Amino acid sequence: MTDLTKLTLAGALGGMASGEFSSVELTDAHIDACEAASGLNAFITPTFDLAREQAKASDDRRVKGEVGRLEGAPLGMKDLFCTEDVKTTAASKILGDFKPPYESSVSANMKADGMVMLGKLNLDQFAMGSANETSCFGPVINPWRNDEDLVPGGSSGGSAAAVAADLCLGATATDTGGSIRQPAGFTGTVGIKPTYGRCSRYGIVAFASSLDQAGPIAKTVEDAAILLESMAGYDPKDSTSLNEPVPDWRAACGQSVKGLRVGVPREYTMDGMPKEIEKLWAEGVEWMRDAGAEIVDVSLPHTKYALPVYYVVAPAEASSNLARYDGMRYGMRVEGENLADTYERTRTEGFGDEVRRRIMIGTYVLSAGYYDAYYLRAQKVRTKIAADFRNAWETCDVLLTPTAPSAAFPVGRKINDPVQMYLNDVFTVTANLAGLPGISVPAALDGNGLPLGLQLIGKALDESTVFKAAGALEKAAGFTAKPSKWWS
Amino acid sequence: MAEPQNGVSSTDVKKIARLARLHVEDAQCGDIADDLNGILAWIEQLGEVDVDGVVPMTSAVAMTAPMRDDVVTTGGIRDLVLANAPKSEDGFFVVPRSVE
Repeated sequence: MTDLTKLTLAGALGGMASGEFSSVELTDAHIDACEAASGLNAFITPTFDLAREQAKASDDRRVKGEVGRLEGAPLGMKDLFCTEDVKTTAASKILGDFKPPYESSVSANMKADGMVMLGKLNLDQFAMGSANETSCFGPVINPWRNDEDLVPGGSSGGSAAAVAADLCLGATATDTGGSIRQPAGFTGTVGIKPTYGRCSRYGIVAFASSLDQAGPIAKTVEDAAILLESMAGYDPKDSTSLNEPVPDWRAACGQSVKGLRVGVPREYTMDGMPKEIEKLWAEGVEWMRDAGAEIVDVSLPHTKYALPVYYVVAPAEASSNLARYDGMRYGMRVEGENLADTYERTRTEGFGDEVRRRIMIGTYVLSAGYYDAYYLRAQKVRTKIAADFRNAWETCDVLLTPTAPSAAFPVGRKINDPVQMYLNDVFTVTANLAGLPGISVPAALDGNGLPLGLQLIGKALDESTVFKAAGALEKAAGFTAKPSKWWS
Repeated sequence: MAEPQNGVSSTDVKKIARLARLHVEDAQCGDIADDLNGILAWIEQLGEVDVDGVVPMTSAVAMTAPMRDDVVTTGGIRDLVLANAPKSEDGFFVVPRSVE
């Protein structure tokens, strides 16, 4: 039998449908791959026994003719999604051995569609980071390497590494400032953040509620569409969930881009960005033109302010969201001299450096005397960033940009300079601020043999166009490289 | 409107930490102040943008807040709610004394 871990999700679903192999066989092959890849540190909590049970149950359902959208497919779950009776940590100490008594809506949708869950994947602590180095369970190692260990990007580093290393057929992820797309770019995988409100936030550990959005990391654009169709959908348990039908995104992936207007925003470049990324971007423009798209120059003049806005808005929302971790009702508690001291010691020991830093910034920008100067001003600049996109949509249908300003970098290199680290998200954060869908598609290897991604950003609720353009980009790029399997 | 460019002092760090319910030792305050000031100095560039008359964006998509029926949805699960408590007794959370 061929190596089942090399299959795409679409290929695996087809193989099970035609009876070539069972979910149990497919799942066992992936469990073997996971066990051999422990050096990548992609998982926080493997759930292999559960996966074997789910695979068996899936095979039984198939015999009865019950076949869900993800029937029998072994997938990974970012450890930010609450999963019933399975430890959920957000890569933090403060959640301790928290076992949610309920299921997130996204993972519930996937379970209902027949998913087999291989385990909970590593991430930056509370999804705060761009290199997966803020996890209290240690960094994830990128399957791609260049003589030394590289980061997989973040915050969904475990999801990206696991998909790139063929440990699972796809994985859930979340994106607050680029946490799906930047790691996808760093690992040669596809990652899409849909329109804000497409995927329910119910049961996802909250970071910055006006920006957080779930989406998949996958091996191909089509696989990403299959996963997103399962994850998305209206949920009355999330007051910001959009009551909109989920289109057939899988069908959109193969459609022609003839006549599609692709905008190229001149501001999406930055000092010190490798020439190779500029070159790849220009190449991407040519690929789209050759596929029949019309190329349009556009301007998004407030782009440079997106990251500073983000680093006011996101910490402000985080400082409020993370106020719930008080050591009283769940998670760890460090006893102090009195109630206030217990709160303070629990939170100080339970949160990592980057999380404490962001809580401090958020508390400051919301505090009396500074609210107007920082928080209110940032919300107003956010309005202007969203308006930039609305203006751009008058002349184009989708935007093409680089995903990140660099390829994957060595573990430990940038962590001491927060602002330098924040610049990783310079091209992705705008879509979060404006609530728009964005996808990263692997496009080429750089001179060091490391993957680089290109990003497409679409109109709100227009994932269909994003998938259509991404399918064309994927086809033109012909990216088939895989990392050498050095870890096992 | 307050002028933010004065920067964060060690005293401010103590105050912010207290508001955030985080414990900081006196000896750490200077380093934390430097760290925050580095980030805030970078954020200062937002001052360049003309925001006169601009409505602040408070939601990623324009929508009205939905209403739901005023009924209990997941009630009657006391033991599940308490299952993750660091300390519980007789169906209650046990917390440190707050009134001396």
